[in-house]
Amino acid sequence: MTNQYDPVIGLEVHVQLKTASKIFCACSTQFGTEPNQNTCPVCLGLPGSLPVLNEKVLELGIKVGLALGCQISSRIKFDRKNYFYPDLPKAYQISQYDMPVASKGNLTIEVKQDNNEFIQRKIGITRAHLEEDAGKLLHEGVRDGSWVDYNRGGVPLLEIVSEPDLRSPEEAFQYLVSLKAILQYLDVSDCNMEEGSLRCDANVSIRKKGETKFGTKVEIKNMNSFRAVQKALVYEIKRQTEAVENGEKIIQETRLWNESKGQTFSMRSKEQAHDYRYFPEPDLVPFTVSTVRIEELRKSLPELPKARMERFHKEYGLSEYDAYVLVSDKDLSKWFEDCVGEGVNPKLVSNWIQSELLALINFKKYSIENLPHLTPKRLAGLIRLIENGTINGKIGKEILPEMLEADKSAEEIVKEKGLVQVTDTKLLEEIADRVIKSNQKTVDEIRSGKPQAVGFLVGQVMKETKGKANPKLINEILEKKLAPLSHGKA
Amino acid sequence: MPQKINISQIAELARLSLKPNEQTKLSKDLEEILVYVDQLQELKTDSVQPTSHVLPIENVFRKDSVQPSQVRDAVLKHAPKSEGKFFKVPKIIEGA
Amino acid sequence: MELYQLTLKETQELLAKNPGKQGELVQTLTNRLKHVDPKVKAYINYDQKRVESQKNGKANGILAGIPISIKDNIVTQDWETTCASKILKGFIPPYDATVVRKLREAGAIIFGKCNMDEFAFGSSCETSCFGPTHNPWNLDYVPGGSSGGSAAAVASDIAIAALGSDTGGSIRQPASFCGVVGLKPTYGRVSRYGLVAFGSSLDQIGPITKTVEDSALMMNVLAGHDERDSTSANMPVPDYTIFLGKSVKGLKIGLPKEYFVKGLDPEVEKAVKQAVKVFQDLGATCVEVNLPHMKYAVAVYYIVAVAEASSNLGRFDGVEYGFRHESTNLRDMYFETRNQGFGAEAKRRILLGTFVLSAGYYDAYYLKGLKVRTLIKQDFDQAFQKVDLILGPTAPTPPFKIGEKMNDPLSMYLSDIYTISANLAGVPAMSLPCGFSANGLPIGIQLTAKPFDEGTIFRAASVYEQAAKWYERRPKL
Repeated sequence: MTNQYDPVIGLEVHVQLKTASKIFCACSTQFGTEPNQNTCPVCLGLPGSLPVLNEKVLELGIKVGLALGCQISSRIKFDRKNYFYPDLPKAYQISQYDMPVASKGNLTIEVKQDNNEFIQRKIGITRAHLEEDAGKLLHEGVRDGSWVDYNRGGVPLLEIVSEPDLRSPEEAFQYLVSLKAILQYLDVSDCNMEEGSLRCDANVSIRKKGETKFGTKVEIKNMNSFRAVQKALVYEIKRQTEAVENGEKIIQETRLWNESKGQTFSMRSKEQAHDYRYFPEPDLVPFTVSTVRIEELRKSLPELPKARMERFHKEYGLSEYDAYVLVSDKDLSKWFEDCVGEGVNPKLVSNWIQSELLALINFKKYSIENLPHLTPKRLAGLIRLIENGTINGKIGKEILPEMLEADKSAEEIVKEKGLVQVTDTKLLEEIADRVIKSNQKTVDEIRSGKPQAVGFLVGQVMKETKGKANPKLINEILEKKLAPLSHGKA
Repeated sequence: MPQKINISQIAELARLSLKPNEQTKLSKDLEEILVYVDQLQELKTDSVQPTSHVLPIENVFRKDSVQPSQVRDAVLKHAPKSEGKFFKVPKIIEGA
Repeated sequence: MELYQLTLKETQELLAKNPGKQGELVQTLTNRLKHVDPKVKAYINYDQKRVESQKNGKANGILAGIPISIKDNIVTQDWETTCASKILKGFIPPYDATVVRKLREAGAIIFGKCNMDEFAFGSSCETSCFGPTHNPWNLDYVPGGSSGGSAAAVASDIAIAALGSDTGGSIRQPASFCGVVGLKPTYGRVSRYGLVAFGSSLDQIGPITKTVEDSALMMNVLAGHDERDSTSANMPVPDYTIFLGKSVKGLKIGLPKEYFVKGLDPEVEKAVKQAVKVFQDLGATCVEVNLPHMKYAVAVYYIVAVAEASSNLGRFDGVEYGFRHESTNLRDMYFETRNQGFGAEAKRRILLGTFVLSAGYYDAYYLKGLKVRTLIKQDFDQAFQKVDLILGPTAPTPPFKIGEKMNDPLSMYLSDIYTISANLAGVPAMSLPCGFSANGLPIGIQLTAKPFDEGTIFRAASVYEQAAKWYERRPKL
């Protein structure tokens, strides 16, 4: 579809940091307890209460900033963001305004081009800052009112703001995947959008191709998964494009994504432009972070996705894209390495994971870190069976699901089901002869200049061996048998 | 410079539903006070650092450890409106 | 001598010798309260049963069995704390302020909650939703504010000692108006945890007492680091009583020339100048100092303090505690709860604070205010390089009549002109009696010191107090 407009997208991601206690008080951050159980005068905002900063929160904030290539501020402070809402007990959120913990970083994403090649794009990170989460409001099923639960109030958040560098909904999706991977590798958050430990708001505008100025941006909220972000952006870009083509002006506003309707809707409540009246938080002192401390934390960072990707590419000879897919989930990358560690060809492992295993896991709604039975060692076993010719690839694919569910190795299943590959040349030649005889029409096609029709004959031989024949061998045998007459070209 | 106050805008921000006579009086009071505080403009402060914290204290932290507080029931007991273990407020309609 | 007339020190000594007198002490104080408080109206909340149930407080504490009264903006567990505001009626804190916990740990009995200006907004104790407190020396006059109830209770012997809070003079000015001793400690010296916040970068809790010695005894209990208060100083607490009675020979006392200008009541000026003479006779040297930015202090305060206050008072919305205007509409609940719950002065300050922080005005007002605050602090730093203490009047006038300044907010604000700077600079300051006006109303002098140098204040104040003996005069109630 020809489009004279380019989208400009920026993402704001809120990450709940995995600390035992809240950002400003000693209440537990544990999810799923009884309502209002994890509260105290501080996170309830009772009169007279005061905040004290959890040292681990600052540490994790700095680590994320370093992992995102940011400059870490040597002097940070907190500010009050003032607004009224029942989930905000103090009527202000303690956040960071002009001296955030980290700024000016970047994140690399892999983007598929039209020609199916992948290029890397660097997406700027404007800043990351620390703040406290608000409580939760419940409306559904509440008669004549809404309920407030402050358990979540005071849970530490890191807000990561990207530059408006993203140029498509797909890029936005990849950004979230890459960001989540980094956070996972750092083990700073559960990154679970369903549970709310990771939230994303998007800002999107459009502009004519070639235009350097930004159009009016619209904020989109209420997306509950990475795919929802992508879908919402697709919809919103379409909406804005249609509007502009109709001569309408884009209103700067906040719109909510409605998953079931597949549309964005303007927020009904007449939101006046917020005046948050930021000012430095007088109840918290300023913080200085020494260069020594920053270096200490930098050294303590684990191998991050980008570095691991480059290592997989170099060490295992994987393509950059394949490496990118494998490192995009920390548990997956470990699983992969464990499998390779059993002594099998990394490229084969990568193929098996990407073309077979991931789809299977997705379908069954498992996750790589808690598969019922398939282990890296067992997948290595399967690959070895194929490499040494015991079974063919097709059989391998067939027994994979069972390896997932049953506590059996590949060898055991192959033995049980008698799936050993047929390599008896004499037998295969006999079958090939039979197949050629009963498929003269196909043979004629092959000989009259359609060599690809041999595939049908291969299939027939395979059928007779109940799929267990070595396809390479079949091909060789058939080629030899049909050879004298297939050279000629009309 | 005498400041004209948009009292209804500020009252909106502050969540106060001022009555008309309150608006008039408070508007006048505020304008008077602002005239008084305007004398600060006499002072040149371009190279002066602002003081938000009067003590030279920095880096006050607490350790990341949990200490349950158990004030919930005491607070809910006296809350203007509660239901079960929740605080209750008028129905909030969010979005579409 | 009635038991209720005793000082804290005298009560301490009595109970140490005779612990059995605890009950009698509480009883006479209670009777005094029933007799006198209907006139003075110093208390918002007094509960005899609750007081008596505390009678067997920690026996070994240095304040064992001593009743202390608490300003009603300091939270007391399970005891209603209202800040003299309709919007907090029915607020029952589930926790004690740190200072209250410390008093209890020292064996003190929490005697009652004292009246105040609503949310500490005021200099006369007239904005309380419960009605004003009356000056014990003349019931037609204000006791000062905002800790007017605490000061009046101590002055009329319906409290042995009390806690107040001071953001711009709210301990010192009522102490001056009621003829008692009031100390605002260095910012960070006493924990603010449990003090309902007004101006967070300015607030301090402090003792209001009959004598300087009592003040030192209270500070020994109140002062110290609190890990629940990030702005609490981690500095050792001396035994403040060691400074009492130490000679002031050679002490350098500064008299800011900016203090003695038009607007200062001639009676106050006279009383202060007499106090200067007493100090000189005692061997101190009095020199002129400069606080060139003093005249801007009130302006800075009415930007910075109200800005912080407007934010601090956002939490009063009827959701979790206190007064709520019920409605089926959330917006209506917020607006009506707040408009009905707050008094006029509270609304004035909330609106002003909201304005100076709002978009487009932050730089011209709030930021500017913070910068001038730096200049005011620097004035003190420079002055304290020359002198050990700064002396001046606490208030520009003797107490005024109830109702006299209620229609003129600005005039009311200017009564804090001598006290506000100490809060802006974070330095400690004490008011103590130095005389009376012709019509028998108290006048106070203020002694200001360097940060954490309360010791020098105790030294000078105790010596002056013993020389001038103003404490011998008591109101006729």
